[in-house]
Amino acid sequence: MRVDSVEKLDRLRDDYRKAIDTQKKRIAVCLGPGCLAMGSDVILKEFKKVLADKKIKDVTVESVKKTGCHGFCARGPLVVIEPEGIFYTRVKKNHVADIVEKTLINGEIISKLLYIDPQSKKQITDYREIPFYSHQQRISLRNVGQIDPDSIGDYISSGGYSAMAKALTSMTSQEVIDEVTKSGLRGRGGAGFPTGRKWETCAGVESDTRYVICNGDEGDPGAFMDRCIMEGDPHSVLEGMIICAHAIGSRQGYIYVREEYPLAVINLQTAIDAAREYGFLGENILGTGLNFDIKISRGGGAFVCGESSALMKSVAGEVGEPRAKYIRSVVKGLRDQPTVLNNVESFATVPVILNKGGEWFASVGTKKSTGTKAFSLAGKINNTGLIEVPMGVTLREIIYDIGDGIPKGRKFKAVQTGGPSGGCLPEDKLDLPVDFDTLTEAGSMMGSGGMVIMDDRTCMVEVARYFLEFLVFESCGKCVPCREGLYQLYRLCTKICEGEATEDDLESMERLSKTIQIGSLCGLGQSGPNPFISTVKYFRDEYLAHIRDKKCPGGVCRKLITYRINDKCTGCLACLDVCPVDAITGKKKEIHVINTEICDRCGACYAVCTFDAIDIE
Amino acid sequence: MIDIQLNGKMVKAEEGEMLLSIIRREGIDIPALCDHEAIEPCGACRLCMVEITRKEWEGWKKHVTSCLYPAEDGLIVNTHTEQVMEIRRTILDLYLARCPNSKVIQKLAEEHGVVKTSFEKIPDADNCIMCYACTRICEVLGRSAISAVYRGHDKVIAPPFGEEPPDCIGCLSCAMICPTDVIPWQDENGVRTIWKKKFDMIACEKCGKEIITRDFADYLISSRNIPEDYFKICDDCKRIDLANKMGSIILQAEEAAL
Repeated sequence: MRVDSVEKLDRLRDDYRKAIDTQKKRIAVCLGPGCLAMGSDVILKEFKKVLADKKIKDVTVESVKKTGCHGFCARGPLVVIEPEGIFYTRVKKNHVADIVEKTLINGEIISKLLYIDPQSKKQITDYREIPFYSHQQRISLRNVGQIDPDSIGDYISSGGYSAMAKALTSMTSQEVIDEVTKSGLRGRGGAGFPTGRKWETCAGVESDTRYVICNGDEGDPGAFMDRCIMEGDPHSVLEGMIICAHAIGSRQGYIYVREEYPLAVINLQTAIDAAREYGFLGENILGTGLNFDIKISRGGGAFVCGESSALMKSVAGEVGEPRAKYIRSVVKGLRDQPTVLNNVESFATVPVILNKGGEWFASVGTKKSTGTKAFSLAGKINNTGLIEVPMGVTLREIIYDIGDGIPKGRKFKAVQTGGPSGGCLPEDKLDLPVDFDTLTEAGSMMGSGGMVIMDDRTCMVEVARYFLEFLVFESCGKCVPCREGLYQLYRLCTKICEGEATEDDLESMERLSKTIQIGSLCGLGQSGPNPFISTVKYFRDEYLAHIRDKKCPGGVCRKLITYRINDKCTGCLACLDVCPVDAITGKKKEIHVINTEICDRCGACYAVCTFDAIDIE
Repeated sequence: MIDIQLNGKMVKAEEGEMLLSIIRREGIDIPALCDHEAIEPCGACRLCMVEITRKEWEGWKKHVTSCLYPAEDGLIVNTHTEQVMEIRRTILDLYLARCPNSKVIQKLAEEHGVVKTSFEKIPDADNCIMCYACTRICEVLGRSAISAVYRGHDKVIAPPFGEEPPDCIGCLSCAMICPTDVIPWQDENGVRTIWKKKFDMIACEKCGKEIITRDFADYLISSRNIPEDYFKICDDCKRIDLANKMGSIILQAEEAAL
């Protein structure tokens, strides 16, 4: 079915809305990465199976739909029943018959599946009232978790492609650029370059060919915002790219997705096929004369291919190595042609900006960092998941109000923002507003939005060592400071973790870091020493404890810790059984003893003890 | 023509000309290991870094590789600031750890005051500094027989799958351009060996000296419009022939004049 005019699109939207309105109840099963890993696809199938042989008022098999990530991964698998917003958590296959019987037929709430607010200890039925959701404002994630990603009808009925229609039929290229500029949108990939200015520069370069590229090569450990958008609302990315194509005058776009996101690749391809069928991609879009198509370019998963110039080489079929960007890619990018490269989240935000206006978007967030930003919460935090908040909220609000703090009553130690290239911020920085400039000033960065929270049982030297190892492995190896420098930095950091370093080594690391930052060719190298620089800035005493006292305050670095059993031991034999090197001796109901000579500090006893009887020194 | 300020002196340059070529033309000595006139610059060795600024940047400076930075009017370039020298010293220090046995690196490091590396030496180090000069010249020749393989710290220059490179024609360009002289090759009994691949040599029909590999000659004849008999006689014998021919012409002319 080809939609060749705005009127047709509007009629189509009305039809879809009517069809949806006839469905009185909708059951959304979350198929985001977290829930899927816990078997939500089985739950979806079970719903279809159970409903198939039942006749229920207002409910049919079509009432059940799969959606993208709801965000509250810690409580998955999630099932939401609309319009009431009944929020069932940790749903298992055997709950499905119950939900159908009790909630769908009899209208009862199953209280054991509800979320209990840890503060008030009250059960909450409607997800919109759960603090995790009520503190959020969703713009780029507006449809994620709400619609079926495979259904273009769902997207259209939720207002999809109306911004495209508006831009193509009633706005000139310059007007689109002006609106984006007015919105103050800055690149969501992490660097925060003003999107409007990027588009304007590209449009101004003399050339017959221009490209639009969407960067979906999300590589930071612990980050999954772009993944959830591509999987849960792929049409919003396409719409943003079509608007960009109109603004800069491009005929060809690419979405670069890593092969590790197979579902994102499939859902994007389904979306592209549907958009082509409806005539939103291809020749003469909506009868406006715009010709634009999008291809998916699959990457092998190299971290460095998220860097714009390496990404463009990879799209062109060459080895993904960065080049010096003294001539910027908006001037000379993919195949030496002017190219706009934006992140998934940026493109997904653009349709909203055009619909609601740049001024509206600029009114959200802070003056210099407008709008909202999606973050993924991972690590030692109760509510792991995907969130979107206005710029300018504090780290404390994100971690404690939305994230519900640190599990098991442990103490907060640090939060890493911006992935391996970002930095770790300590507790006294928790009241900083989250925006591009504040985080950079504090020695970290916004990055693409991954947040890893660490508690007091984390060793910051080990954290630095871990991320340096990651970067050594992911460095492309083209330039010396990154290839050799990061390797040496990693070796020195390992030396500290093993208690064999001196203070001279620390000084040498600081000097080396400076050269790597200034001397590296691309962003990966230039930000490569950040894990070390930010931890040594805020947690220097931990480094010194490793060097001077040969102690690991976090109790992590194997060579510097000793496990001991205290008098809380009940003599339950659990640790004795689990010890792989037989270092623990003791009789039933007598306090056990660890032979520190034999102990290889694997931590198995610590993990198995339920009496808090094992100390790490 | 544009004006740039180089180490405090105003110099003229072509717009878009790379800074390194201007620096060299002005007789200023800065190290650059991956730069060569036969290949496009790539910015791998990072030794040619310089500091740049402009009046309107109000004191803000940045460091760029001069081999890749196109000159623009009003640019202020400094090649030997303390920061630049510190970067060069650290990079040479890193090179010394990577290639402890390379004479070229040892000499350059010593010139910059780095006698011994302060880092951990890489086990089983060879002298390759991964400057890509060899792969770039091979690409210029139109063969791309070797390339960089693996990633990051494990990266090495190698033929495909570590086997005899099928596209290698034994021209020796890679071995000749290598700044640290690490690519081994051998000519023996009419056979050249490089990258473990053996090539038959063409011997001069006159003096018997080996001129070129058969594969290289065939490649040049087919791709560069060179006459088929061009490689039958070596350049020396061609010169002798030409001299003899010239001599006899002059002799004839002199005789005719008499």
